[in-house]
Amino acid sequence: MLLDPFRPGSAGRYLDEPQTVTAPYTIVIGLEVHVQLQTRTKLFCRCSTKFGAPPNTQTCPVCIGMPGTLPVMNRHAFELALETAIALDCQIAEFTKWDRKQYYYPDLPKGYQISQYDLPFSHDGHLQISDPKDRFETKKIGIIRAHLEEDAGKSMHDEVAGQADSKIDLNRTGTPLLEIVSQPDMRSPLEAKAYLTELKLLLTYLGVSDCNMQEGSLRVDANINLHIDTPEGKIATPIVEVKNMNSFRAVERAMEYEAERHYQVWLETRQRLGDVPKQTRGWDDAAEVTRGQRHKEESSDYRYFPDPDLVPVRVTREQIDAIRANMAESPAELRNRLESTFGIKPYDSDVIVSAGRALVDYYVELAEITGDGKLASNWVQQDVMRTLNEQKIDVDQFALRPKMLHELLAAIQQGQLDTSRAREVFIEMVASGRSAADVMKAQGIEKVDESELIALCEELIAANPKIVDDIKSGKQQAAGNLIGQAKKKNPNVHPGRFRELVLELVARM
Amino acid sequence: MTMSLVRQTATELLALLTTGKVTSTELTQAFLNQIDAHEGQVNAFLRVDAQGALAHAADIDGRRRAGQTLGRLAGLPVAIKDLLCTAGETTTCASRMLEHFKPPYDATVIARLKAADAVLIGKTNMDEFAMGGSTENSAFKTTANPWDLSRIPGGSSGGAAACVAAGMAPLSVGSDTGGSIRQPAGLCGVTGLKPTYGRVSRYGLVAFASSLDQIGPLARTAEDAALLLEVLAGHDPLDSTSVDLPASHYTETVRLPLKDLKIGLVREHFGEGLDAEVETAVREAVKVYESLGAKVVDVSLPHGKYGVATYYIIAPSEASSNLARYDGVHYGHRTDERQLVTALDAERDALVKAGKHAEADALDNPLVRLYRTSRAEGFGPEVKRRIMLGTYALSAGYYDAYYLKALKVRRLIRQDYDRAFEQVDVIAGPVTTTTAFKLGDKVDDPLAMYLVDLYTVSANLAGIGGLAMPCGFGSDGLPIGLQLQAPPFEEERLLRAAHMFQHATDWHQRYAPLVP
Repeated sequence: MLLDPFRPGSAGRYLDEPQTVTAPYTIVIGLEVHVQLQTRTKLFCRCSTKFGAPPNTQTCPVCIGMPGTLPVMNRHAFELALETAIALDCQIAEFTKWDRKQYYYPDLPKGYQISQYDLPFSHDGHLQISDPKDRFETKKIGIIRAHLEEDAGKSMHDEVAGQADSKIDLNRTGTPLLEIVSQPDMRSPLEAKAYLTELKLLLTYLGVSDCNMQEGSLRVDANINLHIDTPEGKIATPIVEVKNMNSFRAVERAMEYEAERHYQVWLETRQRLGDVPKQTRGWDDAAEVTRGQRHKEESSDYRYFPDPDLVPVRVTREQIDAIRANMAESPAELRNRLESTFGIKPYDSDVIVSAGRALVDYYVELAEITGDGKLASNWVQQDVMRTLNEQKIDVDQFALRPKMLHELLAAIQQGQLDTSRAREVFIEMVASGRSAADVMKAQGIEKVDESELIALCEELIAANPKIVDDIKSGKQQAAGNLIGQAKKKNPNVHPGRFRELVLELVARM
Repeated sequence: MTMSLVRQTATELLALLTTGKVTSTELTQAFLNQIDAHEGQVNAFLRVDAQGALAHAADIDGRRRAGQTLGRLAGLPVAIKDLLCTAGETTTCASRMLEHFKPPYDATVIARLKAADAVLIGKTNMDEFAMGGSTENSAFKTTANPWDLSRIPGGSSGGAAACVAAGMAPLSVGSDTGGSIRQPAGLCGVTGLKPTYGRVSRYGLVAFASSLDQIGPLARTAEDAALLLEVLAGHDPLDSTSVDLPASHYTETVRLPLKDLKIGLVREHFGEGLDAEVETAVREAVKVYESLGAKVVDVSLPHGKYGVATYYIIAPSEASSNLARYDGVHYGHRTDERQLVTALDAERDALVKAGKHAEADALDNPLVRLYRTSRAEGFGPEVKRRIMLGTYALSAGYYDAYYLKALKVRRLIRQDYDRAFEQVDVIAGPVTTTTAFKLGDKVDDPLAMYLVDLYTVSANLAGIGGLAMPCGFGSDGLPIGLQLQAPPFEEERLLRAAHMFQHATDWHQRYAPLVP
């Protein structure tokens, strides 16, 4: 009789050592992202989509589904969706249609949601993700499909027992939503977070969505399961859908939690994919756990069918080409450009591009006039970004424009001052709004004449024979002492140049 | 005046109005008087707005006296089927569900009628949500056929046809999903036109089956139908399915005869089930056309026999979706919530007491019970039947076998027509198999009731236009209808063909006994 290594109580290594060895499973994650498109008006009527208006003030007979009304497609919304799909390298369908997804809920006044079922306007794209810290290899995450649909309203439940009072706000009803469904290509919570971060960045760069998770402009549902290595081969665990994740960090943590939970459930139940119906769980951010959500009535049959009130949409090659021609540079393209044009590292291009298009423009202007991409990158990433953070402003509001900062950087390049003094000048420039030259003048910073520098060097060499001996015997760092003395005598002494001089003169002795 | 105002055509009345021989107030009063005298027998209207109509008529008279430019239908009374939304006024679809529904907006056709200075005199009775062929499915009243008050007027636009036949309105607006304008027009002896799908905006028409519904005119004559269609038709940016084609000036062309007209007779229309008297009348009508120089060609619509079956998949499927919004939350009748909660609690207690805990847990939550009860109370039996049919046909596992297949047959039916219209200009045939049947005759036999649409549904499935007009009378004294069908957007051809016939015959000038 064969011993079942997995039987509870037996000495199977999976049971006894799940945490101590490398996890004997692969995490498989697919994400469904809903993004509100940044249109002025709703998908099928002319109501405003602005967030935050008093409840039910941005509605009309059409979006609240009043008997007799008919939807008319918002062309702009469709174009934004097309642009996104093109940026995700999706195939664009020549012919697409609208379908009704039918279910009853009080925040869905028509009793159906206008969506796209079997002929979405785009499919089969991808988004490349990479980690600047190299924790995973650069990879392409497949996009199964992206389709357009209308948002539902918002239900607010007052769940005081016995006097439950529900209120419905239909302002959101009919807001254009783009649903982007990824392949289950992510293999770690980190990859899931990277995918979301890159997707959000792309959408922001395209200007198709503000991606504000707090306002619900971007919502994420995750599907997760494990592929477990067993002596019988790889086994897939049941897929679980996780909802209610209100930040990318929450997605990451929920995925970490779920992977571990799946493994424990597997150890206890041996349930494989297909053994149980798909479960939906909600992430509880405060408790940092997921909880099973009440099963929806039966398995939902949405009775999709083509919406007879809307005409199918045809997309032409010319339309796609026109959108592509006018499309904003994607973050990936930008990073490549910064790296190849200015010679900066992927890590640096990532920091700059992630900070948004306006900062990229600032950096590019600075790098171009300064002619030193790395120097510009250092200053933008450290001093500029820190100041923006402290002042809580966007780079557009930053008074120190690239031309002004360039003056300071030029002074550094010309050896007029070192980085630490330059930083002081920078702070004063930000505080006073004065130019680098003005601040440097006020602080008495000027380039020390070479002959003056040599004289000072000779004087100090003569006065410090012991240090000179040290240098001679190979302790070059001893020169630091002389630099310190020099700076005390004249703060404008450039430490780098002075050091060169010391070594040069000592060597000649 | 030698002839009673209510006997005259809209075109004649318009001439009297524009020449000042009669005022809109007099005219409106004449029709209101006829309503007063016979509405108790006919029950064509759900609501008559006598005060509003007279006030509007007086206003138009005043503007006319002041020499102002007036709309196309200035001063003419028009009746409206009660599924077209009228701002601030009850629009019920003859359903308990919408008994108190007051839309805050006008349907596009209502806005057009108002802009044309039509006098809207009332909302006409119909089958609930336009589902039916006899107007017996109205939740509020049963309309009688003005020719024989023991008979049905047809449906679903029964009130719309009956009010014209009874001299209660010179013009009325109906809707046709499977024959709902043509069939009652045929049974009541008036002229009714279902335009091509997309010709008239559906915005504000409370939907039954969106891909089939089309609004159209009912009137005494083709000329009158042309007049009304001219106002109703045209592109509407609020309806994506409305076609951006210029609508013709139907009144300018309606009197022009069609030369070398080729009329198709559909082989399959003259088979089993067609009443002999109806067949004779239709064949006589075709002879009239021949005497006017038309050539008759035998054509075939081989898939027409699947029309009713196809229709009763597609229409209920769309209806099940369109009517989902009447759930008592946002729209439609809502059941008494307190009673509901009490009943639910009692059910739960009883189950718990009996130890049936699983069943107690499986009880509806209050929201689901609210949906169920509101819909059970608000909809009539025929509407429920169709919602169930449609829900079933769209369900996972059945969709391909029913809905998808029906769509394929629908395409074949359209292809049949395309092929037939390569040979002929119009197709002529019966509207119904028999004259109007007795009230109550078919209420318990839904299938027999569905077959009433036999000759009319195919035009809706194909999306083409169709017209019905009287072409004779049965031995029972009831009107017999002739149906004409034409290729898409050939309403002008239909109206001209109909006028040719009416110019040569006087069936359309017969009046029901109660018309003075």
